[in-house]
Amino acid sequence: MGLARAIQPLPLPPLADSRPKPTATASSLFLGSTRTLRPSNTFARTHTRTRSISSAQRRSAVAANVSDVKLKPATNLLLTKEEALEVYEDMILGRVFEDMCAQMYYRGKMFGFVHLYNGQEAVSSGFIKLLKKEDSVVSTYRDHVHALSKGVPARAVMSELFGKTTGCCRGQGGSMHMFSSEYNVLGGFAFIGEGIPVATGAAFTSKYKREVLKEADCDHVTLAFFGDGTANNGQFFECLNMAALWKLPIIFVVENNLWAIGMSHLRATSDPEIWKKGPAFGMPGVHVDGMDVLKVREVAQEAIGRARRGEGPTLVECETYRFRGHSLADPDELRDPGDEKARYAARDPITQFKKHLIESKLANEAELKAIEKKIEEVVEEAVEFADASPAPSRSQLLENVFADPRGFGIGPDGRYRCEDPKFTEGTAQV
Amino acid sequence: MSSIFQAVGAATSLSSSASFDTKKFQFSSSRSLLGKRASCVVVRCSGAKMDGGLNQIGGRADHLVTNAVATKADTPAASTASKPGHELLLFEALREGLEEEMERDARVCVMGEDVGHYGGSYKVTKGLAPKYGDLRVLDTPIAENSFTGMGIGAAMMGLRPIIEGMNMGFLLLAFNQISNNCGMLHYTSGGQFKIPVVIRGPGGVGRQLGAEHSQRLESYFQSIPGIQMVACSTPYNAKGLMKAAIRSDNPVILFEHVLLYNLKERIPDEEYVLNLEEAEMVRPGEHVTILTYSRMRYHVMQAAKTLVNKGYDPEVIDIRSLKPFDLHTIGNSIKKTHRVLIVEECMRTGGIGASLTAAITENFHDYLDAPIICLSSQDVPTPYAGTLEEWTVVQPPQIVAAVEQLCR
Repeated sequence: MGLARAIQPLPLPPLADSRPKPTATASSLFLGSTRTLRPSNTFARTHTRTRSISSAQRRSAVAANVSDVKLKPATNLLLTKEEALEVYEDMILGRVFEDMCAQMYYRGKMFGFVHLYNGQEAVSSGFIKLLKKEDSVVSTYRDHVHALSKGVPARAVMSELFGKTTGCCRGQGGSMHMFSSEYNVLGGFAFIGEGIPVATGAAFTSKYKREVLKEADCDHVTLAFFGDGTANNGQFFECLNMAALWKLPIIFVVENNLWAIGMSHLRATSDPEIWKKGPAFGMPGVHVDGMDVLKVREVAQEAIGRARRGEGPTLVECETYRFRGHSLADPDELRDPGDEKARYAARDPITQFKKHLIESKLANEAELKAIEKKIEEVVEEAVEFADASPAPSRSQLLENVFADPRGFGIGPDGRYRCEDPKFTEGTAQV
Repeated sequence: MSSIFQAVGAATSLSSSASFDTKKFQFSSSRSLLGKRASCVVVRCSGAKMDGGLNQIGGRADHLVTNAVATKADTPAASTASKPGHELLLFEALREGLEEEMERDARVCVMGEDVGHYGGSYKVTKGLAPKYGDLRVLDTPIAENSFTGMGIGAAMMGLRPIIEGMNMGFLLLAFNQISNNCGMLHYTSGGQFKIPVVIRGPGGVGRQLGAEHSQRLESYFQSIPGIQMVACSTPYNAKGLMKAAIRSDNPVILFEHVLLYNLKERIPDEEYVLNLEEAEMVRPGEHVTILTYSRMRYHVMQAAKTLVNKGYDPEVIDIRSLKPFDLHTIGNSIKKTHRVLIVEECMRTGGIGASLTAAITENFHDYLDAPIICLSSQDVPTPYAGTLEEWTVVQPPQIVAAVEQLCR
């Protein structure tokens, strides 16, 4: 039943050797990345030599194999037309949905803290569209688009935001707590960093299923999304350690949008290059342009492949930007509109990708317009659905506090409280 | 590991009194009522079965609970040869319960510091890692918040982890995960994910362990919605509660006590599971209801000996379920005696006793002939010096004095 041998950590290099530890495999190329793990000198020589040869070989090999129209790579990423349109549709869905959220918020349909994802769509679509349904996604409070990309219907997310009982969490979670057991979205967490251990646990379960429960084909991976501010939090480092130690199938995706509410990343972090923290724990650290969905997808493919093959975790830092404030309540006064905001607005991931698709003849204007129109209808329908849905009744208040409602205990009359009919009506005292 | 040896020294005196006391204060058959948990076989210390196989702790006349964690049905030949059971120490009983559950369900796993190769700092998990492997009995790095969160994530995806805090106090570092995720995730996800974790570890005031190793976390955790808290006090209820906690789909925090690990008791050979929400009647009586749990149970029983000699008849209930309270057993007792004394190890402010006082006042005020007396530890960080430490916690003479005051 159990393992016959202990799990050993990677052997440490000798003390005199100050080079960074080499990764477990030489074949992780991370072609889309702007910076990769620098392996040891001898390792690098062979690695770069073979790398330049192999990428050209790969290009020609790839051209021979595929019959569909494919993207002529500025990167080496292969993308069919269907995949390209799927990614485009997902990014448009994310943008339109978030814009609609802003509208609805200011109209008083949703309240509290709502954090919008505008500008970061390339990260969500680039990563999540490569996942299977059984793979897990763990996010933060900026989780609407992660849930949508994973497959949660727009109407379920919108209903949740409106606090209706048809929401994905029955209206009990709200904007910051999007969960879906069907699509394996494990939240939605309000405190930064607290989702990362949960993601580590999901990855641990994947490994456990494979090695202890002997489900040999279980190669489910987990993606943990979080921001630059979280990368200074203890839970981040603790989980990097554990994930690398046990080679868990997890990818830590840092959405570095340079700002944690009003705290600039540069003012909060001693070494702002977050990708560098991966090798310190024994995993590859990759930096990628998070405004370019193709580059993100390429890096994601490699990282997810590593995890599925059992080679362990990867830390991916995506340089991205949020076009709106931290939340809808944030006046966003500290970010300079003239310089930083304008620069990133010019790199809008959707505009970039659209341009790419048209220039490479993967799609034409009409097809893209059709997608945009379809998404607008989807989002409007979601709003109508949410509007028409009922608010939770009083009897819902005490449901779901416990999986086993006997946890409410035994009342003075000797019966379990949950057996008391007034309890389900919500009028009983607890 | 000096604390273990000190605990051994301290507990041996307790163990002899424990086994003696439980032998002495059995149910008389006239008190036994038909009722609950017919499927749970209970054998008291002396080995004698009661009432033709139907047993309960705390008679409840009306309601037969079909225990979801039902064990073997009543053995038919109950009246004749009584099964002797086997004797073991409390930490061994915990381990036995844990091992039985791991054997029964492959999704049950353990994670914590030094639980694997070291066998647990109090030897509760000794021998499990060689048997079940390093992944099922996982030695974690020292990162309580993260490995507790990891256990929660694993539970959401179908495993049933038992998370050990080497000392309960260390779980303060995991408060974020325990409060936000463990307690609340089932609710905020609208019931989509359940968190069947067991968080366990030794807590309480030990033998000069110092302030930080002597904390009573039950008072800090009690407000967290969505969790259950139980405290074990004997090998018998330790094993039963451990099994019940593992089988429960709710997150359960099982509080053990550093000084009770070496208590010895004879427990049944047959499998049994106890009820997480019920209190335990330790000694039936007429004059006063004494509510207690964990280590204070033994101080109470020691005081009870003195009280009996003085002519009092205290009813002692080990509440066991710290959240939620078993108001039925407690209420029935109050309706009989009309006087309540709560003896706890938590600090005066905001402890379990404070909540229990409030709950009793709300529900049973009419039945009280005297104000509730709650004896708690002093609101001080536990001092190192032995004399000071002794005065921090409630001692038997104080309990005797309180009963005398109540019964005046």
